[in-house]
Amino acid sequence: MTHDAHDHEEGATRRKVLECMTWAGTGVLWTLAGGIPRSTGLIGEAKADESKAFSFLQLSDSHIGFDKPANPNANGTLTEAITKVNALPAKPSFMIHTGDISHLSKPAEFDTADQIIGQSRLDVHYVPGEHDVLDDDRKIYLDRYGKGAKGAGWYSFDAGGAHFVGLVNVVDLKGGGMGNLGADQLAWLQADLAARTASTPIVVFAHIPLWTIYADWGWGTQDSEQALGMLKKFGSVTVLNGHIHQVMQKVEGNVAFHTARSTAFPQPAPGTAPSPGPMKVEDSKLRTVLGIRQVNFVPGAERLAVIDTPLAG
Amino acid sequence: MTFVFNCARAALIVAALMGASAVRAADMPVSIDNFVFTPAETQVSVGTTVIWTNNDDIPHTVVDADHKYKSSALDTGDKFSHTFTEPGTYEYFCSLHPHMTGKIIVK
Ligand SMILES: [Cu+2]
Repeated sequence: MTHDAHDHEEGATRRKVLECMTWAGTGVLWTLAGGIPRSTGLIGEAKADESKAFSFLQLSDSHIGFDKPANPNANGTLTEAITKVNALPAKPSFMIHTGDISHLSKPAEFDTADQIIGQSRLDVHYVPGEHDVLDDDRKIYLDRYGKGAKGAGWYSFDAGGAHFVGLVNVVDLKGGGMGNLGADQLAWLQADLAARTASTPIVVFAHIPLWTIYADWGWGTQDSEQALGMLKKFGSVTVLNGHIHQVMQKVEGNVAFHTARSTAFPQPAPGTAPSPGPMKVEDSKLRTVLGIRQVNFVPGAERLAVIDTPLAG
Repeated sequence: MTFVFNCARAALIVAALMGASAVRAADMPVSIDNFVFTPAETQVSVGTTVIWTNNDDIPHTVVDADHKYKSSALDTGDKFSHTFTEPGTYEYFCSLHPHMTGKIIVK
């Protein structure tokens, strides 16, 4: 399988606007229908225009294998997220997963994740989190998810008239630094983007945020400025990340940045705890911090409208 | 682990060669709590075995800045040890969370 070959051609001939995005549990449902993303409602209320709609979902940080007090049942909460996905009235075309699929890169953890996520019957495009590449040669991840990808697992594909770029910023990290893309990947990105016109909507996804949220906790990517520089020519750029297990967003020029929630456990807001480690909340509150987020892009407007809805409660 | 074992053995051999007065240096513990190596900087004598223990709910690694030694991922409660056989300043970090850094000064 290559990442360039997907059967989304049907949508590619129409003028597209990102018409609808809906959060499902920890996922974002997007509908592309003409270049600018927009959402239509909460889970259960989504009314994507099925004749034109093209939608996809984002999952992140499922951490299968995690069993600590912050959430002893990461399998269960991922299953709940997938149940939400399956209940969507408009079936998304595919899903992206922004990494930390597993907690300890164990084959059995990936097996479990694949089994649960597979219940969505959706094509899933993965990028690794640092928890997925704990073996020295990253072989376990790459053998499973890296078919057709370059280097440590980066790739791009076209869908719904948009160009999707999956980046890897969790390998070859340098002491004292943050996330890292590296020269090889940046060179590949430059060539990949050079082949696209400025009017093509670009969706970039990677595990660690591509803007610096909190350097003290390593919440950023060392060389992301170089990547963002290459994206300046594009009229619509959406950057989707995970890693920090909470919703954050920023708009800078034509670039909208979003971090997603985890399906496993929350992490503290920057600087509000001694460390960025898993945050234990009352059991009855867990699903309120893993909740649902909806992001609205208003057509023609740069400003985003974001609606966060808890998974439960 | 072979490397660590060999270093430890080498240290013992060196100690033996130095005669009866040579005493094997004590172990030095470094704990990992809240994404921090504690103590972050420590001074030890040649032959000291530093033992890192991860007390966090998240895995960490210990990687020498010059890649002289490297642990595998340490899950909660896991330990890694390395014996320092030569004087020098050794900086290390966590390859998963590289803002986590530490330093061992061997005299
Ligand atoms: Cu770490």
